[in-house]
Amino acid sequence: MSEQKLTGAQIVIKALKDQGVDIIFGYPGGAVLPIYDALFQQNDLRHVLVRHEQAAVHAAEGYARSTGKVGCVLVTSGPGATNAVTGLLDALCDSIPLVCLSGQVPTHLIGNDAFQEADTTGITRPCTKHNYLVKDVDNLARTLHEAFYVARSGRPGPVLVDIPKDVQFADGTYVPPTEVKHKTYRPQVKPEIARIEEAIELIANAKRPVFYTGGGVINAGPFAAKLLTQFVKTTGFPITSTLMGLGAFPASENQWLGMLGMHGTYEANLAMYECDVMINIGARFDDRVTGKLSAFSPGSKKIHVDIDPSSINKNVAVDIPIVGDCGAVLEDMLRIWKARAKSPDKAALKEWWGKIEGWRARNCLNYNRTESVIKPQYALERLREALRGKDHYITTEVGQHQMWAAQFLPFDQPNRWMTSGGLGTMGYGLPAAIGAQLAHPDAIVVDVSGEASFLMNMQEIGTAVQYRAPVKIFILNNQYMGMVRQWQELLHGSRYSQSYSEALPDFVKLAESWGCVGLRATTVAEVDQVIEKMLAVTDRPCIIDIAVDPKENCFPMIPGGKAHNEILFGPDDSPSDATPEDGMVLV
Amino acid sequence: MENVIEKHTIAVLVDNEPGVLARVIGLFSGRGYNIESLTVAEVNNADHLSRITLVTSGTRMIIEQIKAQLSRLVPVHRVHDLTDEGPAVERELALVKVAGTGDKRIEALRLADIFKAKVVDATLTSFVFELTGTTEQVDDFVGLMTQLGLVEASRTGVVAMSKGPAAF
Repeated sequence: MSEQKLTGAQIVIKALKDQGVDIIFGYPGGAVLPIYDALFQQNDLRHVLVRHEQAAVHAAEGYARSTGKVGCVLVTSGPGATNAVTGLLDALCDSIPLVCLSGQVPTHLIGNDAFQEADTTGITRPCTKHNYLVKDVDNLARTLHEAFYVARSGRPGPVLVDIPKDVQFADGTYVPPTEVKHKTYRPQVKPEIARIEEAIELIANAKRPVFYTGGGVINAGPFAAKLLTQFVKTTGFPITSTLMGLGAFPASENQWLGMLGMHGTYEANLAMYECDVMINIGARFDDRVTGKLSAFSPGSKKIHVDIDPSSINKNVAVDIPIVGDCGAVLEDMLRIWKARAKSPDKAALKEWWGKIEGWRARNCLNYNRTESVIKPQYALERLREALRGKDHYITTEVGQHQMWAAQFLPFDQPNRWMTSGGLGTMGYGLPAAIGAQLAHPDAIVVDVSGEASFLMNMQEIGTAVQYRAPVKIFILNNQYMGMVRQWQELLHGSRYSQSYSEALPDFVKLAESWGCVGLRATTVAEVDQVIEKMLAVTDRPCIIDIAVDPKENCFPMIPGGKAHNEILFGPDDSPSDATPEDGMVLV
Repeated sequence: MENVIEKHTIAVLVDNEPGVLARVIGLFSGRGYNIESLTVAEVNNADHLSRITLVTSGTRMIIEQIKAQLSRLVPVHRVHDLTDEGPAVERELALVKVAGTGDKRIEALRLADIFKAKVVDATLTSFVFELTGTTEQVDDFVGLMTQLGLVEASRTGVVAMSKGPAAF
């Protein structure tokens, strides 16, 4: 079977099918016409035509993150590939498994500045986990299978395969995935048991412990999230998570402290600051989380579980590094915890929880509840109530609305929350929502958005309409690039340089022009009504324009360069003495 | 955390495939690490393996990061820190061109003899010396030649190998 001759384009289709791909997001062009021709002549692989290549990658990310599978993208050479770059880097930063196929000019023209030629492997080298240029059709199948293996193994990430047009036409030999083994790439999945044993001793003797978890748990699969939940409940320890890790532990549990970091809760950040044992599972001590490094959790012993050895001791020196898959590590941790009949220090833990409850009582997410204007937090609270008990997925764009969504929407399951964390890509949410919706046609998919972010990829409404993806674009419209405005207010003397959203369209009419449903809320009373109407729409996209308080800022906030115990709670906290000079340069 | 800057010689075994050197160099420039020298050539023709020897400097934390980041590159087989892993032999090869006549020319030739440099090209007004030695020896030789009519120097950068019978 492995000796059949196919064209390069047919090899691509066969390899994708053999890799379990059912949807591919793409945009045709000259250098990928043979592949599009092969796509046309089959019915197993569904192609979703986006309106811009960046959106193809984000849609594949939404698909990947909501299913745990590898997302797949097809773009043409030159501008097709360069448009995909932002999406590729987004997937790299958030460790999302993708395979992106790009067309390339025929091999004999490479290097000649041909029409729509770009040095795609050169451009994408720092934006992908790995990339390939396939110059020989007989290497194509092997390379594609390797690409999927590299994308999904270890710390997942995007892999690009650049395929010249003549290679797509040429006849070659197909090899099935079972016959392909990567020469070198063998990420460490199983942890060292000695390290786990050390960690268990530290955990069992902790007086003020905290779990700090991240996207690594989500990437390790729902099984890892289940093990995490089990371990956290067994110990009775408090748990917080990064933006990327939301949903790994149920937010409805009392042990959940909420998200940590720059816009995290008071209780989560103070628990991090005052803990004596920090158990980091699948998070990477990102600067949004640590704040001022020299004042980061100064008194704690730190355990760090990560599948990527380069994450260990990168930003924060740790006491017990454990390299391995979060699921495998948690499995071993639970097993050894039970085998050694460990139990937490109940008295110390009680005292610790007492302290945490005190911080919790500060009610840091409280906001000024008013009837005169729609507060963005209120709109999200109402969305939360409306979605309760319903099968739903949330994506976001980037900015204030994203942080409010992380603060106000609870996630009880993994793979339900998709947001651009590492790269912070405005315009991510709508295409990601389309990807998630196509993977879960019967679920409710909401893109929590801001008006400025929405404008960045709003052409994708066309895609959603074409494929009848009933995504809900929930725009918290404050007529500003809210997070930019917030920083300008706090750090730049309220000089709102270029952060006002001038010349906005009428979002309701915009929706109608595409044949979608457009809804608007301008008063508090209307919020519930539009949410109800929005949820009733199941056959087409829906744009919801919610006119929220333009001046509202996102709190709590740890300004750049400050420590976890130096939190701003609201507009009454003075910003002037909040940010030191050296913090100003931080983003 | 110690902030002492250390100098390390690192050997990296990689698949000899297009772009592999660009990946290594891109990693250093993208993450702001130093490269003091870098040499690369295929060392195993049958398996298409190349060996990169690079000399870099940084704090202990940075050196560990560099090794972890290098190991993470998909075409990288092995990364060895020769500075950490025990005694290693390090050598550089240099070609040094010196032009001049009279006493300076004689002195250059005399010094070349002391340094065991070979004359690989000679004209009536110039020499090209070939010198193999440690970086310091090459530095010293080039330094001396500067005063005796140095025209240009070309250096390979460090290649290195651990001492003893064990293979890399």
